[in-house]
Amino acid sequence: MSAPSLWIFLPLIMAGFLMLLRNQKVITLIACIFALILTLAAWLLPVDIVMTIGNWSFKLTSSFDILGRRLVLGSSDLSLLALIYGSALVWFTAAPAVKTARRLNSLGLAIIALLVASLAVEPFLYAALLIEMAVLLSFPLLSTPRKSPGKGLIRFLIFQTLAMPFILFSGWLLAGIDANPGDLGLVQQASILIGLGFAFLLAVFPFYSWIPLLMEESSPFMVGFILWIFPTVALFFGLGFLDHYTWLRDAPALGSVLTTVGLLMIVSGGILAAFQQHLGRIMGYAVIMETGFSILTISLGGTVGLNIFFMLLVPRTLSLVVWALSLTILKEDIPTFFLRDIKGLVRAWPFATSGLVLANLALAGMPLLAGFPPHQAIWEGLASKSLLMVMWMLTGTLGLFFSAVRVLMAFATVPEGAQWESRETIPQRILLSIGFLALLLLGLFPQWVLPLWTKLPVIFTHLGQ
Amino acid sequence: MITILNWVALLIALATSLGVLLQRDWRVAIGLMATQYLSIFWLVQTHWPVSMAAGKLVTGWMACAVLSMAQLNSDSKGETESSWPQGRLFRLFTAGIFMAATFALSLRASSWLGLSLPIAWGSLLLVGMGLLQLGISAQPFRVVLGLLTVLAGFEILYAAVESSTLVAALLSAVNLGLALTGAYLLNMSQEGTV
Repeated sequence: MSAPSLWIFLPLIMAGFLMLLRNQKVITLIACIFALILTLAAWLLPVDIVMTIGNWSFKLTSSFDILGRRLVLGSSDLSLLALIYGSALVWFTAAPAVKTARRLNSLGLAIIALLVASLAVEPFLYAALLIEMAVLLSFPLLSTPRKSPGKGLIRFLIFQTLAMPFILFSGWLLAGIDANPGDLGLVQQASILIGLGFAFLLAVFPFYSWIPLLMEESSPFMVGFILWIFPTVALFFGLGFLDHYTWLRDAPALGSVLTTVGLLMIVSGGILAAFQQHLGRIMGYAVIMETGFSILTISLGGTVGLNIFFMLLVPRTLSLVVWALSLTILKEDIPTFFLRDIKGLVRAWPFATSGLVLANLALAGMPLLAGFPPHQAIWEGLASKSLLMVMWMLTGTLGLFFSAVRVLMAFATVPEGAQWESRETIPQRILLSIGFLALLLLGLFPQWVLPLWTKLPVIFTHLGQ
Repeated sequence: MITILNWVALLIALATSLGVLLQRDWRVAIGLMATQYLSIFWLVQTHWPVSMAAGKLVTGWMACAVLSMAQLNSDSKGETESSWPQGRLFRLFTAGIFMAATFALSLRASSWLGLSLPIAWGSLLLVGMGLLQLGISAQPFRVVLGLLTVLAGFEILYAAVESSTLVAALLSAVNLGLALTGAYLLNMSQEGTV
């Protein structure tokens, strides 16, 4: 058996099987057990090494040939697979609490399998095609039944589709640069095309308008899942570019371009979040800021930058799950997510409102919460480069913090005589409580995910060396 | 002879992409798209084997068929854009600017990529007209037609530099996926199926 069969084709088959089922509990159980097995397999199984159990010997080969090209998942990719399928397990477990398991667990598994294939395909530039297929597959998740598609959904389709030609064509130019590294004109053209491709793919400023719109139009939990998996895979894809091409990695302007783009996303996202009236849109801007933080960590360069990049992944996933879950729970009861309509909700929905504010604060990098350790590392790294950049980052972070305070104030504006109650269901309360605990514990003991951080940098052979 | 046929294919691409932009009847627009795929097939087969290029034609026609069936079933037949320029004169004028711009670009692109002018212009023209369609419409049907046109233009150019079977297969899958997504979006307002 090959590793791509186990982590790509098997999940695709399982996703197809799950689509045939109707019972939400059965779907959740199968999807969660399956994701758990894949996570454990990625953590424990060796690749390209013969294992013997009694009389039975078994070898998981790293490559799978398909139409003259290869899918390769080597031993260095296993920690990333464990991270992706482990995070998927968290999303799949939470999905039935907001009645989204039927769509999310089946289509989500297929989307993850395609995105894993995009990281495994060789030549790796073909990843753009597989990412596009995953984008197309995500439409049933993001659309609302019996409602016409909104502007956010349409823009998501356009921007993500436009990324593909740019990246594919830049791949051809990059092959030319490999053959003739001295051709500065070609280097310039390739850089522009790569830049445009990733600007569309990562929803970089100014191409991120679809994120807040989509948060307004679609189910927050579904959008949360999409906003977790797509930027994560796209960032790894981008790092793959940097790892593969020496001229790109050593380009003098790379650091300043990445810093500018990252800070632009953090500042614009933070300021827009601070003045936002819609709860969903605030989460959208927080996701934009998170992409900005990741880009900023890459710009820090070396092992330090790469380690901080990996440190951001787990807290981000946890915060997004808690935030999206809280929003989806609240959506069942309130007509709109505008601040004027959420006044006093803390008395009726204490778990969901607390989850929302905590997740917001965690992504803003508040001390004692999961987001703090990586944010502190970014502050340190950035301060050693420029204090002006620190001020810009502070502006963005304060914007997101201010939005959390505004939301908290709206939640706490309770009409006289309102009684405390909890309208969340028991599974919702349990899941949110686990989420709070995880956000807090990861803030207090960030070293608990240390085994993951130490294994992840092995994915890249040149970066951070 | 082949050069003349390349120019004919370019003219067909020009006429059909302009027609898709100006035409408000979806049936005519689909017919024009189907014709456009003939010109795409011809321009692609100058670099690819005919059997592989025929894949583009078949995929394109399948995409047109999927969109036609979805449009037949949808209740949004007569929707008009509320906030976008409606006038045909405006669209014609903008298309004219795009044609001139893509012609200027294609002169450089043809020498840079070593392609004949009709292929380079045909490719860039379709990309430009597709982007124009995306810029002036927000209806799912029109947006998907615009994206298919952009991809068709890109595929002509990409065929000249890449002939991998896997890429051809994945690009076909993306084209069909786009058409199916368009069909899904068109029928979304009627009932939730998933």
